[in-house]
Amino acid sequence: MTPGPEQTRRPDAPKPRSGEGGWLSDAAVDRLRRLDDRPDFDGTRYEIGDAIGHGGMGVVFRGRDRELDRDVAVKVTTWSTPADADRLRREARTLAALEHPGIVPVHDVGRLADGRVYSVMMLVRGERLDVVASRLALPDRLRLFDRICDTVSFAHARGVIHGDLKPANVMVGEFGQVLVLDWGGGGTEGYMAPEQAIGAADARSDVYALGAILRDLARPADGDLPAKPLTSIVSRAMGPDPAARYADPGELAADVRRFLDGAAVAAHREGPLERVGRLARAYRTPLALIGAYLVMRILLLFWR
Amino acid sequence: MGQPPGAFPATRHSVVRDLGSADPETRAAAYEALARSYWRPVYMYVRLRWRRTPEDAQDLTQEFFARAFEREYLERYDPAKARFRTFVRTCLDGFLANEEKAAARLKRGGGYTITAVDFARFDADLAVHARSDDPDPERWFHREWIRGLFTDALERLRADADAAGHDVAFTLFHRYDIEPDGAAPRPTYASLARETGLAVTDVTNELAWARRTFREIVLHTLRSICATDEEFRAEARDLLGSDPR
Repeated sequence: MTPGPEQTRRPDAPKPRSGEGGWLSDAAVDRLRRLDDRPDFDGTRYEIGDAIGHGGMGVVFRGRDRELDRDVAVKVTTWSTPADADRLRREARTLAALEHPGIVPVHDVGRLADGRVYSVMMLVRGERLDVVASRLALPDRLRLFDRICDTVSFAHARGVIHGDLKPANVMVGEFGQVLVLDWGGGGTEGYMAPEQAIGAADARSDVYALGAILRDLARPADGDLPAKPLTSIVSRAMGPDPAARYADPGELAADVRRFLDGAAVAAHREGPLERVGRLARAYRTPLALIGAYLVMRILLLFWR
Repeated sequence: MGQPPGAFPATRHSVVRDLGSADPETRAAAYEALARSYWRPVYMYVRLRWRRTPEDAQDLTQEFFARAFEREYLERYDPAKARFRTFVRTCLDGFLANEEKAAARLKRGGGYTITAVDFARFDADLAVHARSDDPDPERWFHREWIRGLFTDALERLRADADAAGHDVAFTLFHRYDIEPDGAAPRPTYASLARETGLAVTDVTNELAWARRTFREIVLHTLRSICATDEEFRAEARDLLGSDPR
């Protein structure tokens, strides 16, 4: 039998009055389907609305702080094991110590009467990274990526690893600001570094996940292959050996910026033709002006 | 369901896999477990979608499982192609279509009979509550399958609560999570505390126990009637909105 709270016997406890063992109404079926999604916040300062996301260890609801009359996001552990409670508290404390525009501030942490722990955060108004990225050109997508790296770098500098970076955990706000959510997660297939699967995650596991995000962002919408230097950056970030990856997200972002600026990237050794092509693309405006000037000079020569 | 629902079984036993067992007892037990999980939606499907009389529906429900047992219908399930519940409904449609074509129904074989289920009581509930207005048979069957799964889980929860001295937990669970219909306001923990004479913290703790146990019972049953871990996780996500652990 599942360990439960101390048994609360009451000899005259009323018996269920209707439907016992009989027909379950549609409304009851719906309630039973979201039993662990609908915590009771009766007695707290928060009202709970719809579920807006499922995180690594719980469900996130749209909520309202009645005291301060503002909308908030409320994350509640899926179940009330002591490990879950500790983890959510740790995550909340960690986030509360990180003040960065890319990290959602935590306002409050508490425990419900049923033992579950919740944390209250700023309600992020925006869209998921992958949704926004599908509307953007490659340079804009890479600039968003740069801001994600900046946020993760900031956290790494304070000893905090994200652990579950993926497009679903990055929101882009209405002013284009990037917000990285769900810190302290356990990794997601497709974005999780090999060493993380065996419980040996460190900051370079986040570099791997950032590489996977870059892989998604670098993929052209027409299904074509990404540019070679970008593919090399992704390969280096997602290398199976953590020591062979970029040392940190800042180094990865710097290589992506070099690509954006038309410079040679550290992850890719280019051939002479590639170099000429890159330089031609990088300096196409001055080259076009020089070309136009030379054409004009030649034309003038013939007119005389 | 002879196993306690508490800790999830490490061996992840699936009766769907046992359907093809070479051991006749294991195979019969697997059919029994499946029939217990599926008889309600199967009976409803026959009664309401195929518009059969209660007597016909009862007979056809029995016959469907008997025929499946004899002719090894369900053993042909391929997890790569569909969820098991979808496969059961497809088999049922095929079975009913053949039955309709046959001039006279074949005598039921003696291989398998569902026992200890109350068709008459269930039919009386159907007459009052059931609807068959969803044009999508798959969605309809799924809905009734969930209702059957939850109904069984509630019965099991009541037995567990009585056995564990949590009878008040079942009462509170029923009052808070089962009884309220669309029109009636849901009771609060405080009103339940007043109603039962308990402290609010006791109400919340008892409700937490009942919800946790209910969820574990549902997941335990669900695991046993899914063929693969992937199917189980997908069904659990559909059913409860979160990943089982």
